[in-house]
Amino acid sequence: MAASVLFDAPGPATRRRHRIYTVVASAAILAAIGYALWKLNDDGQFEYALWEPFLTPDYLRALILDGLVDTVTMAVFAILGAVVFGFVFGVAKMSDHAFVRWPAWVVVEFFRAMPVLLLMIFVFFMWFISMQGSFLWIDQRSGFFSVVIALTCYNGAVLAEVVRAGVDAIPKGQAEAAYAIGMRKSQVMTIILLPQAVKVMLPAMISQMVVALKDTSLGYAVAAPGLTKVGQAIYKEFHNQVQAAIVLAVLYVGLNLLLTALATWIQRRFVGENKIDVVTVAAGIESQSRA
Amino acid sequence: MQAVLDNLDEVLKGFGYTLFLFLVCAVASLVLGTVLVAMRVGPIAVLRLLATTYVSLVRNTPLVLIFIFFHFAAPIIGINFRWVQVHIGTFDFTSAFATAFVALSLYTACFVCEGLRSGVNAVPMGQAEAARAIGLPFGGVMTQVVLPQAMRASVPPVASALIAMLKNTSVAGVFFLAEALAVMRGLTNDNASQRLGIFLCFAVGYIILVEIVSLISLSLERRWRTA
Repeated sequence: MAASVLFDAPGPATRRRHRIYTVVASAAILAAIGYALWKLNDDGQFEYALWEPFLTPDYLRALILDGLVDTVTMAVFAILGAVVFGFVFGVAKMSDHAFVRWPAWVVVEFFRAMPVLLLMIFVFFMWFISMQGSFLWIDQRSGFFSVVIALTCYNGAVLAEVVRAGVDAIPKGQAEAAYAIGMRKSQVMTIILLPQAVKVMLPAMISQMVVALKDTSLGYAVAAPGLTKVGQAIYKEFHNQVQAAIVLAVLYVGLNLLLTALATWIQRRFVGENKIDVVTVAAGIESQSRA
Repeated sequence: MQAVLDNLDEVLKGFGYTLFLFLVCAVASLVLGTVLVAMRVGPIAVLRLLATTYVSLVRNTPLVLIFIFFHFAAPIIGINFRWVQVHIGTFDFTSAFATAFVALSLYTACFVCEGLRSGVNAVPMGQAEAARAIGLPFGGVMTQVVLPQAMRASVPPVASALIAMLKNTSVAGVFFLAEALAVMRGLTNDNASQRLGIFLCFAVGYIILVEIVSLISLSLERRWRTA
């Protein structure tokens, strides 16, 4: 951290002060962790009976097969749908025809500015509340479809903006050169612009997968399958809410860190410095000051 | 549509809860996010590690899980908010509100921290070096040169975090708070034939709130823009 805007390289007196802060802070952190562990132990939260479900093969199988696999399945379906949605509406938003551009703009803005949970609950009550039966390896398809449709629309709207940002990031000369050698508009888009844009967009898309994966847990509201549902079933039976929450958090965080590492690797390997900020794009605020 | 008009007071009260929750969480997550970013860009390695760990853990945990933790797990180990009993007018701020407040603030703080950090990183090194070279003391470097630029650059990402949080307040509706989403769920149950109209009304309500926040952010950015 020698090169920081905020402070100079420290001198001897400052270094001594920093050492004191370090000791005090470490002591405080250790004390807090120690207190938390002592409190948990005092409440009997480390008792084997409460952790047993997470060491029992049957429950572990349920957690992995019914939980993790269903969650990942929902996320994959949602993100595949979102990619299609995103490309269709992202390209439509860049259309030269106003009657294509404006409806696409309205759809994208609508789904992006609305809580995804609202959409999920609406979809569930509207079409799937009385649906029974299973889909592929998923037991209850009603919740599954509600989650997938809602997440497809929301993440698709975000990806539509990512597509637009990706195409914008390509130097103007590319399209101009393509027109100059006689390509038509659709050819310029599909042969020249989109393939290059995909490369720039990949990390942003994977970041959006993390968002989609986290949002599958919103299926809690519509009794959708997945990790949260299995965890809920386990803690309702064994009354080990604390342990269940910890195990679920570890699973989600682990999965997401893997995805984030993948995104970082792809960014470094294939893309370089040219980065699309998904968070800002998702909120619809684009910086004007750095144009 | 008719159902929304008939229950307009209930609907407005739902959005009132949403707005209250957004405002208090915005303040709390801005404060906590500032503390986190101070630790994260500061010179003390231990605090940097603490803030980095917190941010990467919390931002990768689903919000629903944080709500589940504070609603069902935390009371078992003695953390509960049943002592919160504030009544203002017709609004009741009880444990459901307090739990939502804590969960949302802890969750949003790490996104605010990331936004502020990207603002600090956006200030070029040369700015601080030039400020030191002309003899400004540390306080002068900070207040006159670095922080104003950092603040300006962090408006868009922080506003995005707050907008995401505004949409996330709807999760509280699933966890016993009678905010807009919960009101919508009640209305769609009672008026099955008007589901689409009810949904559109609530969606537009949320969109209006989101647009207000993003307009404020745009005008702040415009006002603080350098010439």
